[in-house]
Amino acid sequence: MSTPATRRKLELGRVGESVKRVDAVPKVTGEFAYSSDLFAAGMLWGHTLRSPHAHARILSIDISEAVGLAGVHAVLTHDDVPGDKRYGLEFPDQPVLAFDRVRYFGEPVALVAAEHPEQARRAAAAIKVEYEPLELVVDPELAADQPAIHPQHWTQGHGYRDDPRPNVVRDMRIERGDPDARADVSVEGYYELGIQDQAFLGPESGLAVPDGEGGVDIYVATQWLHVDRDQVAPCLNLSREQVRIHLAGVGGAFGGREDLSMQLHAAMLALHTNRPVKMVYNREESFFGHVHRHPGRIWAEHRANRDGKLVCVRMRILLDGGAYASSSTAVTSNAASFAVGPYAIENALIESTCVYTNNPPCGAMRGFGAVQTCFAAEAQMDKLAAELGMDPVELRLRNALASGDELPTGQKITGSMPVEEVIRRAAAIPVPDPEELPRDPIRLPGGAGNTTRGDGVQRGVGFAVGFKNIGYSEGFDDYTAARVRLFADTDGDLVAEIYCAAAEVGQGVTNVILQTARTELELENVMLAPGTTGEVGSAGSASASRMTWMATGAVQAACRAVRDELDRRGGGLASGDEIDLERIYRHPRTGPLEPETGQITTERAHVSFAAAAMRVVVEVDVDLGLTRVVWIGTAQDVGTAVNPQAVYGQIEGGTAQGLGLALMEEIQTRDGLITNASFTDYLIPTALDMPPVVAELVEHPEPEAPFGVKGVGEPPTVVSTAAVMSAMRAATGRELNRVPVKPDDIVFSGS
Amino acid sequence: MEVFTPRSLAEALRLKAEQPSAVPIEGGTDVMVELNFDRARPEALLNLNEVAELRGWSRDNGLLRLGASLTYTEAMAAPLSEQLPALAEASRTVGSPQIRNRGTLGGNLGTASPAGDALPPLLVEAAEVELSSVRGVRTLALEDFLVGPKRNALEADELITAVLVQPSGARQTFMKVGPRNAMVIAVCSLAVSVDQERCELRAAYGSAGPVTGLVTAPLDEVDSFPERVAEAASPIDDVRGSARYRRHALRVLAERGLQRCLT
Ligand SMILES: Cc1cc2nc3c(=O)[nH]c(=O)nc-3n(C[C@H](O)[C@H](O)[C@H](O)COP(=O)(O)OP(=O)(O)OC[C@H]3O[C@@H](n4cnc5c(N)ncnc54)[C@H](O)[C@@H]3O)c2cc1C
Repeated sequence: MSTPATRRKLELGRVGESVKRVDAVPKVTGEFAYSSDLFAAGMLWGHTLRSPHAHARILSIDISEAVGLAGVHAVLTHDDVPGDKRYGLEFPDQPVLAFDRVRYFGEPVALVAAEHPEQARRAAAAIKVEYEPLELVVDPELAADQPAIHPQHWTQGHGYRDDPRPNVVRDMRIERGDPDARADVSVEGYYELGIQDQAFLGPESGLAVPDGEGGVDIYVATQWLHVDRDQVAPCLNLSREQVRIHLAGVGGAFGGREDLSMQLHAAMLALHTNRPVKMVYNREESFFGHVHRHPGRIWAEHRANRDGKLVCVRMRILLDGGAYASSSTAVTSNAASFAVGPYAIENALIESTCVYTNNPPCGAMRGFGAVQTCFAAEAQMDKLAAELGMDPVELRLRNALASGDELPTGQKITGSMPVEEVIRRAAAIPVPDPEELPRDPIRLPGGAGNTTRGDGVQRGVGFAVGFKNIGYSEGFDDYTAARVRLFADTDGDLVAEIYCAAAEVGQGVTNVILQTARTELELENVMLAPGTTGEVGSAGSASASRMTWMATGAVQAACRAVRDELDRRGGGLASGDEIDLERIYRHPRTGPLEPETGQITTERAHVSFAAAAMRVVVEVDVDLGLTRVVWIGTAQDVGTAVNPQAVYGQIEGGTAQGLGLALMEEIQTRDGLITNASFTDYLIPTALDMPPVVAELVEHPEPEAPFGVKGVGEPPTVVSTAAVMSAMRAATGRELNRVPVKPDDIVFSGS
Repeated sequence: MEVFTPRSLAEALRLKAEQPSAVPIEGGTDVMVELNFDRARPEALLNLNEVAELRGWSRDNGLLRLGASLTYTEAMAAPLSEQLPALAEASRTVGSPQIRNRGTLGGNLGTASPAGDALPPLLVEAAEVELSSVRGVRTLALEDFLVGPKRNALEADELITAVLVQPSGARQTFMKVGPRNAMVIAVCSLAVSVDQERCELRAAYGSAGPVTGLVTAPLDEVDSFPERVAEAASPIDDVRGSARYRRHALRVLAERGLQRCLT
């Protein structure tokens, strides 16, 4: 029987409190089991043979030597794919294993399972594939005039603007007011971004275990269990129930685990050999194993009146989607939707195009299109401020978007949109005074390299504002399921077990779920069951800054249903009794954009928005082109912070990722081939590159969200690249219109 | 793959003579990377970690003997750091604390990468390399030991046992350029010394040619020295930087290095 004690008020662990992450200690001590640590008795090791060409016809594949090698249990090619030969997150344009041709460097061609990973690698090397190189499509500006990489135009006929040119993934246009409207001043600019990698530390890995009845269990680090299942099952020619995806320890995701990597391959090998099969990519392979952030070229013109009011913005955005569509159509649209930044504007023309090329495939990455355009748009705002002789913060305040304003898509913002407050709060954080010389060179540009004692060092302060959408957009039917099982333990105390397939990718959704359940059930004894497709409906993706909002909504709904049922039963449960209910949560509906004008066709195309403003102080050694980011102050619109400590963590981590894009992170290619697929040459910021961050949470509860939450993971990444570059320009006087900025750009480019 | 773990130098040399293809391993910060990336599959490893004779450093009549197993962390510590300040500064630029605790001078010489950070300061200090085998001991000037990119003058039966340096007492410094502030392979690097006693300017560059290169000039040629350093290098364009930038950076580093050593 329940006792009053089980429904007592809780002091700890509720929504709004800083709660230590449940995975914090095991991760720090190295005890946390990542997907690469999985093990099963009798398991084999899988290995993938990948294409050495960026574009080539496959003439023949000869596996005869490989199958005969010691320890080898299976060698599979496209002929062995049991069901559909292609899959894809949104369009099934990607072969499970390449057939007819390969379209990017590192594309999977064949699979091996062997008793030892070394045997599997050797067998893969013994597979003879005959290729005939095809014309390369590697310049996105030429792609639409070159032969089609995909004979079938996969993304046509889905309600997007018609563009019959070859290799166009999506061509998008937002036209608002009078796009030719003139104003007192105008500034123009051209901007470029290289390919950024998610650079998660845990490489793609997982374990597939045949269930003995024709089905398979796949344990994998992923972002969306159910969408993996829905892509895997048809290719294996199995029903959805026969494929169960279980969440294994995720070592970072940032969008790069939305698409499949080894899931299908390990499952094919496991079903073929009837043995568990483990696959772990090494670091180099990981660069081929997931999609990256779209590189972009952006042309922009901003027109404003002398008083600083923006009159018209014109932008042309070209994104290189690489060889497969992945989520490129949505990234293209997002880039356009947020191109202007969080500013009210009456006239705009925004054209956004994404093309297929033979470059590395691109898709989701933290910020999802908004990072690219924020970098360009904020550089334009700085240029405009200079042209007008106006303080850049003041210029932004004059144009700040607010609730009730309309976006260039015509969508009226109905929720919270405290752009002005975010700008004011960030601008009000006191900037530290310049540090004195001499000082330890480690605290100067060049850091441990000991390159300067102060010579050539110039300080610069920059500012930027950015925003993006929270949740999936343009009519996507997005929902999250959660199930709550409430039972009385042997002592008669109530215990709740929560089932939700929300992927814990390091963002802290586990705590969000537990805190929500504790708050709703007023119960301390709450557990989260392991994430699996077997026990609960889809949670949707841990992406688009949506998971906190959606999981909170679903868990809240399920908890309330359970609580109602408990009340109906008189408020208590007998030992052994249980209530077990599943609920689905949906956010407010969105609708598609009109294909020719990019205007809304229903009340809204996006669910909600979150903004962030950031001030950055840098010191640049202008003679060597080396940088030290000194300090960052930021304010972010977070709705309600469910776990403030975790929100600060997201702000710092997200900022580091944007800083990386500004200063060092780039996948380099030559003729489509990646030339720096290692952490020796793909550089990500170290502790010495990342300054202290002073962060302020601007909390205005989002009216339509559970507890008023907004997502918090992406806005810091969106704004930080732009903010760092604003400071870099202030320090160097250079235009610096390409990220990551190279020392060469600082040393040699004109001001 | 077999792993031999000799307990003495004599045993190590005997094993190396018997099995010349055995790959010596000290800290393993280069060897293990090669193995992990499947770039090398040696038949045997010769683990030198238990060979006491290779450890630490000593001084005999002013001549410093740095054991092949000397780590960067040890090179950064006083009093050695006062004797070889540029080597200490170079050691501080190497990798992360973990790498500095494991990585050794012997390993840096064994790899003989043009980006090896221990090499420029040792070149500037006119270091010699002591090579031993069952046939005996020989010493080579470091310049002669470095014969090409990732190639050195070791014979198949030899081990690097020590680096020998007569500290010049000259003002000296080391600088390394990388696009991030720690844990980076040199885009280019430079050690500089100003030897007032011998009236000589010395500089050695890394990552700016197939081997670490030494440039010297009389003390009175300070003004032209930076240009001379930049001209002496033969940098290339690669994923880490452009040849043009490397040459430019060497000029800047030489100017700054001279300034540090002259004031
Ligand atoms: C993350 C990381 C960062 C790094 N950063 C830097 C850096 O900033 N600067 C830099 O210069 N290097 C760097 N390195 C490379 C490496 O740490 C250094 O080259 C180090 O000096 C190698 O020493 P070790 O003892 O680990 O060598 P090992 O890996 O043990 O050996 C290296 C080579 O030397 C040979 N060898 C070792 N000892 C002997 C001997 N006594 N006689 C003959 N041959 C021998 C080995 O056979 C092998 O070929 C880095 C490496 C890593 C993994």
